Amino acid sequence: MPAHAYRRRPFRPAPEQQGKAGRGGVAIVGGGPVGLTCALELAAHGIPSTILEEADTVSEGSRALCWSKRSLEILNRHGVAARMVASGYTWNTGRVFHGARELYQFGLQPQGPQEFPAFTNLQQYLAEEFLHEAVARQPLIEMRWLNRVSGVEPAPDHVRIAVETPAGPYRMEADWVVAADGARSSVRRALGLDFTGRVFEDHFLIADVDVHAELPNADRRFWFQPEFGGGDTALCHKQGLGMWRVDFQLGWNIDREAEKRPERVLPRVRAMLGDHPMEITWVSIYTFQARRLARFRHGRVIFAGDAAHQVSPFGARGGNSGIQDAENLAWKLAYVIRGLAPDRLLDSYDAERGQAADENIRITSRTTDFLTPRTPASRTLRDAVLHLAADAPFARALVNSGRLSTPTIHTDSPLSTPDGEPWAGGPPTGAPCPNLALAAPDGFLLHHLGGGFRLLIFLGEAAAIPPGLASLLENLPVMPAPGIEPLLVARDAATGPVRTLRDDDGSVHEAFAAQTGTAYLIRPDQHVAARWRTPSFPAIAQALARALGMEDKA
Amino acid sequence: MTKHLSLAANIADADGFYERLIRLHDGLSEAESQLLNAKLVLILANHIGDEQVIAEAMELARKGVGEAHAPTT
Repeated sequence: MPAHAYRRRPFRPAPEQQGKAGRGGVAIVGGGPVGLTCALELAAHGIPSTILEEADTVSEGSRALCWSKRSLEILNRHGVAARMVASGYTWNTGRVFHGARELYQFGLQPQGPQEFPAFTNLQQYLAEEFLHEAVARQPLIEMRWLNRVSGVEPAPDHVRIAVETPAGPYRMEADWVVAADGARSSVRRALGLDFTGRVFEDHFLIADVDVHAELPNADRRFWFQPEFGGGDTALCHKQGLGMWRVDFQLGWNIDREAEKRPERVLPRVRAMLGDHPMEITWVSIYTFQARRLARFRHGRVIFAGDAAHQVSPFGARGGNSGIQDAENLAWKLAYVIRGLAPDRLLDSYDAERGQAADENIRITSRTTDFLTPRTPASRTLRDAVLHLAADAPFARALVNSGRLSTPTIHTDSPLSTPDGEPWAGGPPTGAPCPNLALAAPDGFLLHHLGGGFRLLIFLGEAAAIPPGLASLLENLPVMPAPGIEPLLVARDAATGPVRTLRDDDGSVHEAFAAQTGTAYLIRPDQHVAARWRTPSFPAIAQALARALGMEDKA
Repeated sequence: MTKHLSLAANIADADGFYERLIRLHDGLSEAESQLLNAKLVLILANHIGDEQVIAEAMELARKGVGEAHAPTT
């Protein structure tokens, strides 16, 4: 497999450069996975956007690699997920070694049929190519290559953007700016915002390797003090198209330039993967950081992905949290633009994704502290954990080679209505709905959720719709805009007066801890906004208003 | 009810326990002894399990150690 041929995209003069000055819409700065996902999500809500990308090609080098199940659930709405799975390497298990000894394995997939694997390893440039194919099919998105943002001036009712291109500079005005321009965000710099946090004093060598030999498949493998040497720790992932990702921890006092040379990299890789013909297609030496913007929303300029927060990569929480940022932001921006929600709905983006960033920073910092002990005592304790892990199950729980990305549950979200009744089980408010299998031909639950607000109503064992629910269903159509579409979930093939999903084996009822009459209000991003044992029209109307940022308290 | 750290004597043969603890380190280097102590702390902490009790034990152990750089809690 030859190294990826980066297709160079031609520059096309912007309408503003042809005297067709257009004002308005959403400008997305940065055409990486986060910006592209945001544009696709906005388009699905009917909102046009313009993507300003300074390069003329997709991201070079593989960078983000492990796409989580939740990311694929989001990208599946745009016809991208199946291609990613088909071209990527999918995995559900991690293996952890100390020296030559395997300490334990961990599984990441819950019980039951799954639409997507726990993780799909696909080099970032391929993920971006697939996203660009979806963008090209979407007339609401204008992709501007070789457009570098050099200035951002917020005004009360719009944002002025200065852009540099091969045909000279131009200025454009946008109603909203989504800054998805990565760790070195030019928008962040233009606004003079602090981006502070911790730097971990260690260097990690990361390389993509094209091995010209058939190696056996392998899920994520992590070594502490690997027997094959090469570093304090080592990590190996299989990628799509027969490529491999390797990672070695080199320590703090190294010669960065020397360590990147092939004659230094290849012996390390050969010791790990075997003495095969191989080619290094990308190599980089990283120092990890954990930092975030204090606020993700600055009026009409909103930050997402690495532009807003950065974490160490152990745990695959960078790219995946960025995709979730894009999803969280897009529906809120769309609802505000369409006049369906007040401006302050966008403040909940900062609350929810700020919480997610804090969670990801906390979790990845703990991992990095385990990999890079800061004091002799913490190194001794780390070694003690590794010593014990082979014999004592409790110590395996302390071994931290990365806690892999799971979607954040937006606990205490201002958009959620707290439970009014006791609940045991089921997705709590603020959590994304699990993608459970329905009876054929309904496919998976998440195919039926998202886009707008849905009310999942569970019928349980009831043969007919109970009278209380029947009157609720009659009244739902008069719910104020944007309205709520009801969806019945039935144990029986009973046909209701509205769309009915079949849960023949009761697994969906069980996962939602649902009885006859249980109802969940689901947001456009498939997260739970509220839930009831005995839903009523006024309670649902109030929860909808709250989920749109229209009120403070339930 | 929350459990608290017990500081009352709880080991019948105190001298015997202390002798075993010292003997455990016989023939070990400084680094090996530290590793052994760390393993012992982890094993005992897991056996206790109660996070409140462990937190109180940590606080008591830290008291008076490295006063100049004690973390502010």
